[in-house]
Amino acid sequence: MKSLNILLLLALSLFTSACTTVKPWQRGALSDYTMRPARDPLTASMNDHVWFTREAFSGGTGVGGGGCGCN
Amino acid sequence: MTMNRRNFIRSSLGFLGVCAGVPPLLAAGGWKENDALPPIESFGLEGALPKLKGKVVYLDFWASWCAPCKASFPVLDAWQREFASKGFTVLGVSVDETSTDMQRFLSAHPVSFPVVRDATHKLAEEANIASMPTSFLIDRKGVIRHVRNGFHPNDNASTKAAIASLLA
Repeated sequence: MKSLNILLLLALSLFTSACTTVKPWQRGALSDYTMRPARDPLTASMNDHVWFTREAFSGGTGVGGGGCGCN
Repeated sequence: MTMNRRNFIRSSLGFLGVCAGVPPLLAAGGWKENDALPPIESFGLEGALPKLKGKVVYLDFWASWCAPCKASFPVLDAWQREFASKGFTVLGVSVDETSTDMQRFLSAHPVSFPVVRDATHKLAEEANIASMPTSFLIDRKGVIRHVRNGFHPNDNASTKAAIASLLA
């Protein structure tokens, strides 16, 4: 009984903590240079080329809305 | 099922309900067109707040890490220089985490309009801005007349026309 209550409380804590949303004005850390998955433009464009060649798709990277919350 | 357990489950469900219900309620707030601008001097902004009474104000939320904000600054500065003598001011409200970040940006991109910092983010919370930057055009009576989300150069002409019409 007691352990079930504790389990329920833990489950509730997990669910409620997942409700958090990052507001646009809180996204400074997310837009930091160190948060970029590809920091070298040359490497990024070469990788894009490889993906384009192998998977026959292009685009979808490096556009607005990538996490900085600007637009 | 014992009474205690039933009560526990009932109160847990109630707690979850509150958690699920509060964020949408908070999101529903914020400044909208035709709202009166609240007294922004009561939000503990860092920096010298200019006198806004009787002026047409373009209140702009920006941050040093926001690329469109950087693009907007030369345009806002041009409006400030053109319309300041007619009773207009741009008021930049930085939401940067540190004043160092803000000052570094302002040193690199100097502007003629006043800038303050919303260090506690209370004003941004109150305005409930949806994107960065977000701007509010306020008339001489302190009523929000236009809300601009983001900075798209295509909207510059219409915003400038709105400023001119409020000053006329």
